[in-house]
Amino acid sequence: MKIQLLDIAHARSGDKGDTANVGVIALRPEWFPVLQLFLTKERVAAHFAGAITGGVERFELPNLGAVNFLLHGALGGGGTLSLKTDAQGKVFSTAMLRMVLDVPDGIAARYHLPAAST
Amino acid sequence: MSRVVRVASGQGFWGDWLEAPRRQVEGGPIDYLMLDYLAEVTMSILQKQKERDPRMGYARDFIGAMESVFPAVAERGVRVVANAGGVNPVACADALRETARRAGVAEALRIGVITGDDLLPRLDELIASGHHLANMETGEPLSTVRDRVLSANAYIGASPIVEALAGGANVVITGRSTDTALTMAPLLHEFGWARDDWDRLAAGIVAGHIIECGAQCSGGNCLYEWRDIPDLANIGYPIVEAHEDGSFVIYKHPGTGGRIDVHSVTEQLVYEMGDPREYITPDVIADFTSICVADAGENRVRVYGVRGRPPTDKLKVSIAYRAGFKATGTLVYAWPDALEKAELADRVLRERLDALGLRFDEIHTEFLGVSATHGALAGEVPDAPEVQLRIGVRGSDRPSVERFTREIAPLVLNGPPSVTGFAGGRPKVEEVVAYWPALVDKSVVTTSVSVE
Repeated sequence: MKIQLLDIAHARSGDKGDTANVGVIALRPEWFPVLQLFLTKERVAAHFAGAITGGVERFELPNLGAVNFLLHGALGGGGTLSLKTDAQGKVFSTAMLRMVLDVPDGIAARYHLPAAST
Repeated sequence: MSRVVRVASGQGFWGDWLEAPRRQVEGGPIDYLMLDYLAEVTMSILQKQKERDPRMGYARDFIGAMESVFPAVAERGVRVVANAGGVNPVACADALRETARRAGVAEALRIGVITGDDLLPRLDELIASGHHLANMETGEPLSTVRDRVLSANAYIGASPIVEALAGGANVVITGRSTDTALTMAPLLHEFGWARDDWDRLAAGIVAGHIIECGAQCSGGNCLYEWRDIPDLANIGYPIVEAHEDGSFVIYKHPGTGGRIDVHSVTEQLVYEMGDPREYITPDVIADFTSICVADAGENRVRVYGVRGRPPTDKLKVSIAYRAGFKATGTLVYAWPDALEKAELADRVLRERLDALGLRFDEIHTEFLGVSATHGALAGEVPDAPEVQLRIGVRGSDRPSVERFTREIAPLVLNGPPSVTGFAGGRPKVEEVVAYWPALVDKSVVTTSVSVE
């Protein structure tokens, strides 16, 4: 089943130099395992392919039901060097939440995940 | 019930809501007002101001903020901790004293001033003695940009603030202290935590991280069920209600808007996060994977269980250097085929820049309303009512950037049709001051504290 990240998580993003961080937080604590299973480093790297020039790092925070990503080379040089509107990576959060995950029907049913509307 | 210490956040950056400090001292009882003014590049802006006028170089908003809270400080014993000193904490204190004198409250102020974070006068000595101040991102030594350095400040921790508070200061002005130290120091001072009580120190840092961006933990910029966040116009800024054991509650004054719950606090916890297992500060390394967060009543969130471990022997240094010039211009193209028109204008402009022989380090084009923030992820956009073309250039040659700014307006009459939105005039050329993060041995940074 197709699941849009927006329907199972919220997020906040920020910057450190030319790196954007995106913290993705499960909307319900019981959905955190879905993020653990399907929101992989590779999936995120593929999602942002072409939009970032560096690699992706991934860290889990089970205590917060969250996964933190570092997207390197995301901000056109970062800080004041950047010519981008989003020089500080503030809306990488919702760019992340656009992601559509392929979740096996059995798992989607077990966690009562909402199907993607698009 | 055990004793609590309340630290209120009144400013999350230089430019934050001017009403917030006063509302924090008037909305209910607090012990400390914490004002955070410094972002990464703020120091360089302040350094430029100081070069023009040696009495400048601090966050001038702070003086107005203090005026708005004088009664609370002078009569009710609220103490203020602020990194408003920028690159000139002494001048900041002088300006505050003068304002206090005119307001008739000078007698009630004991101002603590912390200096020693400014490494600019010592840079050559440091480099000569083997401190390369290599860029933490690129590894390059500072010597490659030494002649363009504008400011260099070590991020200092809680100790000198604690010393100032212990010395009787009721207003503490720092330069480049860490944002989190402004909150942690009052807790360390009040509870007398041991300097190696890593868990409690880390808890103080986490408290600081949660409130250092002001209302961003109390409903501001909060994505979770944002439509339901009440009364944003009247948003309450956060307050830490801390206990001796290191646990604390985040709350806001009654009758204020916004929302404090597990969701709003968690969003702020992950903001600007790196490796959550090691949030490094001068005083302690906090482990963000240890933090427990729980709702504790309406607009109250309890935070507990924070673990910490000893810090490194380094301090981070915030260095700013001149890195050329930039300018950004915009034009708005209207339906029909707004994007196609904006794309043609971009091509025409680039061809003209090229024909003029102008060379830039970077030319960056965005189409606002289509792809500026989410790029290709935004997908196909149907024929938009309007699209804003935004094009920026950056380079080391100022005249080239100046010339670019003259090439936008002509497009209104000699480019694609249905164009508007150029009333702002020619774009301004800005000098780029870039950020160079580095590390330095703690042993070479000595802070001084004065209280008077």
